[in-house]
Amino acid sequence: MRADLIALLPELMLATLAMAVLLAGLASGKARHGLLGAGAVLALAATGVTLWLAAGATDPGAHFFSGMFVLDHFAIFFKALFLLTAALVVLLSHDYLKRNDYRPGEYLALVMFATVGMMTMASGVNLAVIYVGLELMALSTYILAGYFRREVKSHEAAAKYFVLGAMSSGILLYGLSLIYGATGTLDLATLARVLASAKPGPSALVGVALLACGFLFKVAAVPFHVWTPDVYEGAPTPITAFMSVGPKAAAFAMFLRVFIGGLAPLAASWIWLVGVAAALTMIWGNVAALTQDNVKRMLAYSSIAHAGYALVGLVAGGPAGVNSVLFYMLVYTVTNIGAFGFVILLESRGYAGETVADYAGLARRHPAAAFGMLLFMLSLGGIPPTAGFMGKLYLFAAAVNAGYVWLVVVAVLMSAVSLYYYLRIVLQMYLREGDGAEPATLVAAPWTERVIWACGVAVLVIGLLPAPFLAAARAMAGAVGLL
Amino acid sequence: MTVPISHFVTFAAVLFAIGAAGVLLRRSGISILLGIELMLNAANLALVAFGRQHGQLDAQVFVFFVMAVAAAEVAVGLALLVAIFRKQRSIDVDRLNVMRW
Amino acid sequence: MLDLLWLVPALPLAGALALLAGALRFGKRTTTAIGVGSAGLTLAAVAAILVQYAGMHGETVARHVFNWISAGDVTVDFALRLDPLSAVMLSFVTLVGFVIHVYSIGYMHTEGDRAYARFFAYLNLFMFAMLTLVLGANLVVMFIGWEGVGLCSYLLIGFYFDKEYCAAAGIKAFVVNRIGDFGFLLAIFWAFKVFGTVDFAGMATALAADPGRYAAAVTPIALLLFVGAIGKSAQLPLYVWLPDAMAGPTPVSALIHAATMVTAGVYMVVRCNFIYRLSPTAMLVVAAVGGVTAIFAATIGLAQNDIKKVLAYSTVSQLGYMFLAAGAGAFAGGIFHVFTHAFFKACLFLGAGSVIHACSGEQDMRRMGGLAKKIPVTYWTFMVATLALCGIPPFAGFFSKDEILGRVFAAGAGNLNGFGASYLVLWALGLAAAFLTAFYMFRAVYMTFHGEFRGTPEQWHHVHESPGTMTWPLKILAAGSALVGLLGVGTAITFGTDLNWFESFLHRVAPTVEVEHAPALATEWVLILLSVAVALAGILLARRFYSGAEAFAAPQRMAERAPAVYAAVANKYYVDEAYDRAVVRPLGKLARFSWKGIDTIAIDGTLNASAFFTEIAGDLLRFLQTGNVRNYALFVLCGALAAAAWLLL
Repeated sequence: MRADLIALLPELMLATLAMAVLLAGLASGKARHGLLGAGAVLALAATGVTLWLAAGATDPGAHFFSGMFVLDHFAIFFKALFLLTAALVVLLSHDYLKRNDYRPGEYLALVMFATVGMMTMASGVNLAVIYVGLELMALSTYILAGYFRREVKSHEAAAKYFVLGAMSSGILLYGLSLIYGATGTLDLATLARVLASAKPGPSALVGVALLACGFLFKVAAVPFHVWTPDVYEGAPTPITAFMSVGPKAAAFAMFLRVFIGGLAPLAASWIWLVGVAAALTMIWGNVAALTQDNVKRMLAYSSIAHAGYALVGLVAGGPAGVNSVLFYMLVYTVTNIGAFGFVILLESRGYAGETVADYAGLARRHPAAAFGMLLFMLSLGGIPPTAGFMGKLYLFAAAVNAGYVWLVVVAVLMSAVSLYYYLRIVLQMYLREGDGAEPATLVAAPWTERVIWACGVAVLVIGLLPAPFLAAARAMAGAVGLL
Repeated sequence: MTVPISHFVTFAAVLFAIGAAGVLLRRSGISILLGIELMLNAANLALVAFGRQHGQLDAQVFVFFVMAVAAAEVAVGLALLVAIFRKQRSIDVDRLNVMRW
Repeated sequence: MLDLLWLVPALPLAGALALLAGALRFGKRTTTAIGVGSAGLTLAAVAAILVQYAGMHGETVARHVFNWISAGDVTVDFALRLDPLSAVMLSFVTLVGFVIHVYSIGYMHTEGDRAYARFFAYLNLFMFAMLTLVLGANLVVMFIGWEGVGLCSYLLIGFYFDKEYCAAAGIKAFVVNRIGDFGFLLAIFWAFKVFGTVDFAGMATALAADPGRYAAAVTPIALLLFVGAIGKSAQLPLYVWLPDAMAGPTPVSALIHAATMVTAGVYMVVRCNFIYRLSPTAMLVVAAVGGVTAIFAATIGLAQNDIKKVLAYSTVSQLGYMFLAAGAGAFAGGIFHVFTHAFFKACLFLGAGSVIHACSGEQDMRRMGGLAKKIPVTYWTFMVATLALCGIPPFAGFFSKDEILGRVFAAGAGNLNGFGASYLVLWALGLAAAFLTAFYMFRAVYMTFHGEFRGTPEQWHHVHESPGTMTWPLKILAAGSALVGLLGVGTAITFGTDLNWFESFLHRVAPTVEVEHAPALATEWVLILLSVAVALAGILLARRFYSGAEAFAAPQRMAERAPAVYAAVANKYYVDEAYDRAVVRPLGKLARFSWKGIDTIAIDGTLNASAFFTEIAGDLLRFLQTGNVRNYALFVLCGALAAAAWLLL
């Protein structure tokens, strides 16, 4: 029992601190942005330390709570990534919330609750635990998407996300019940044993298909991506940044855990389903992004496309494939948060910042920030020496080695297509003069700028020196199996 | 006399289909919420039935969790609908179309 | 000193970073010190390294800088490799690079401080990327450099971003290159899958140990690599970006789009010669693409009036020669042409830049003429480089071009890989291209430097020789164009005595594929004389058509005195028309067809059409995004049903 609680301590701690932030937010009459933001970041940092201590105090191979919960290297990698994501998003939100005059208490608490949900997803080895974690994350993000209650778009985003998300979770749950019916277990390791010993019936296959649909919805893969553009456009920009990396990475964590782990014996059945979804996702995401004029919407399609790339690693499977997905999630997190940070910076400086035309001539007016955006766009397009190139290289290498050359051909072609719209922004910034007047006042957004700097440095460092990060990802995925 | 498992499964499937149809066909936010609840409960029913078939309590306990989650979901959903109603004086989801293309 | 090999790419990188870190706020003096200084230091470092390397009999030096990617079974080191091949590349890349940095001081002095600093930052960044490409010990490091030079090329082509066509040209270059890179990337993956390593030495060892085992993979890998080379080195059908790339500043055209970056494809093919030599098919494809591009681009060159466009098509054509050589097994010969071409083509571009500078930005040769008197240094250096390009002995181009044509003929006569007839046809194409090259280059010389000035008097008044920072680079490069050929004097020229230092130096890493029955010495001499004769014929024809003062002055007087005689004289004045009807109408049609028909419609059209259809597809996908949440729900449910049905069936 004591060991169980130690393993769960990071989640317990973060949930408790989130409630403390919530209460503090309610108690402080006037919005205390700095105090609450600092509190949230400190809470996330403290959770990180706790995670480190808990990992040291437990056996990575051990199972807790009657085999429902683990704290293996895989889980630790993802939890650390989630905490980092949440901390960056909290920092990004600081200037943005203040500028738009929304209370920070509930907002920050919800980000932290979502993080608790994501952490639970990464640790669950029982479908029930994973489901509960998933719902905690999803419910928190529904509310966050609609947090800017004075904006019509924000409402609409939340409503759409909620309806579709709840429906997809119904589909997922139904698939889960069918799998349970066919095998009599919700535990992933037992599931793998049962499925390996007996040929599964049709109901189990339908269950796997529905489960895959639910998961594909969460990673925003075609044809379950329909919610993404609208929700990303309407949500407050820091939340869009959060959704595009945090919940997506969490969905990949459970996807890997359930499909590469528990459903591995059925790989022959689902691998083509996921492979085709990956190809469609890359094609659809990139092609649809070409004609978008709204930058948030373009980044939404770009994030759909990137889910496709990461699915390529999932299809590849094996330690190399899992490893490459982990690494890609890290790369994608720093790149995309940086890119959205830039969008926020523009919004908060009195620019509209949402249409591509707003980027004209930025390089001349804000050379440092524009250079950061150049880095993020190159990284998203997969051009060396940025992190994005390394991530893609490693993903595609894993897929080629596993024999999925056709998938890599699609992926490489589509990343060539993607350059067109990433470069459009670069072109606007560097090669066009803004016809609009100079912005009247430049509102300082120091924390947003710091986050952009940090992400930009990370993109370059990971791109130039990927070895330690790759080694970390390998140690995480390769040390133990996923069960 | 016991009711065979196939009856439960068929009933759950029908219930799921009705729920899905409700989400697709109704324009009122409240009805859509009801449809989603039906889908979740169809899954719950199947879980309970399968749990009895396998002679285990796992699934039955899990159903309690799902019900708690569903309750939270409804709370969030209703809160959203209230907020939307305040802003737009309508809960017709077809009118949520500012963002498209 | 060899342990400091990493300094070679690091120095220009440091220069670029310093300029960027200064946020481009330095004045011109500081910028020059950093930008040109780092290029100079690089040159000094390379000189020191090469002096030491000269005593090492061409052994391979590999320097492992750091372990770069290491995860699972993928291990890639950031490793640098100095061997005869990279040593040759290093020598001219840093020398020509430095000279062009110096030239840019004068050429760019009218720009503002910011633009000046930006220019040098990009130029330094380019040097870093190019040197990484050259020194990379494996395909991935090479690819980093490959993409880096592409990025710099994009940034520099679009340097004058206030002009719409410059920005468009930059984007075009980048996107077309990505098509090639796509092939290169697939080749890297494939090579990794097959050999388990992408290290050049490792792959060569694996192939040497058991060629049979990799027989099936060699041809596709070689062809995919070549797709990359086609894009970077502007060969058919992906050459379209290079002529447009002339929108960039002239030093950029000289450095990137003539001397260094565009030859990276040739370098890559030669670097991987251990793969190519095992695949007769790939060799023939390389030779055929090169040979056809050589003649194709040369015909287009006949129809151009923009001085830089003439040189651009000439570059495409000469790159074709290099691939022709590599495809015929003359790897060292191809690199030799890369080497000599770097000098004379950089000299020509810088000369053209000096002309443009003198004519206040005019690039159209129809509004030039008679400039030789006013800008003698530019004229004489341009002349030396032109003679080198035309292959007139003893200038550099003669030796390299002769080597290529001789080797291709030998491959044909000796029935290399059983494709003897094909190689003979390619040899004939190469010879014809040599004729056309001589013709259009002297057409350019006569139109630019001889006869009467055809621009406005103000322009003529303004014509002045360029400052020393621009003429000294011209002199250095002209001296190179005249002399560097002596490094690779063919054995036939010396009657069998082996004085070909260049080829023996490269023999260890890129040995020439020998045919069984080499042509006799007499045959080789006939070939040499033939190629010189062809070049002279081209020059004489150009002289007949484009020189003679009366051709431009007389008609005016004649027309006033005797209108009847006018028609006859007009024929001389409209020498273009006569030439057009007698010689060039067929050729011109071909040229116009290649340029307008194939280039503009077929290739640009295909690219634009695919972009267009992709956009249409994008628009269609947009309309599926109706904004109605119930439609979305239908999407999700249909997807779920389809997935379930698929797994069941």
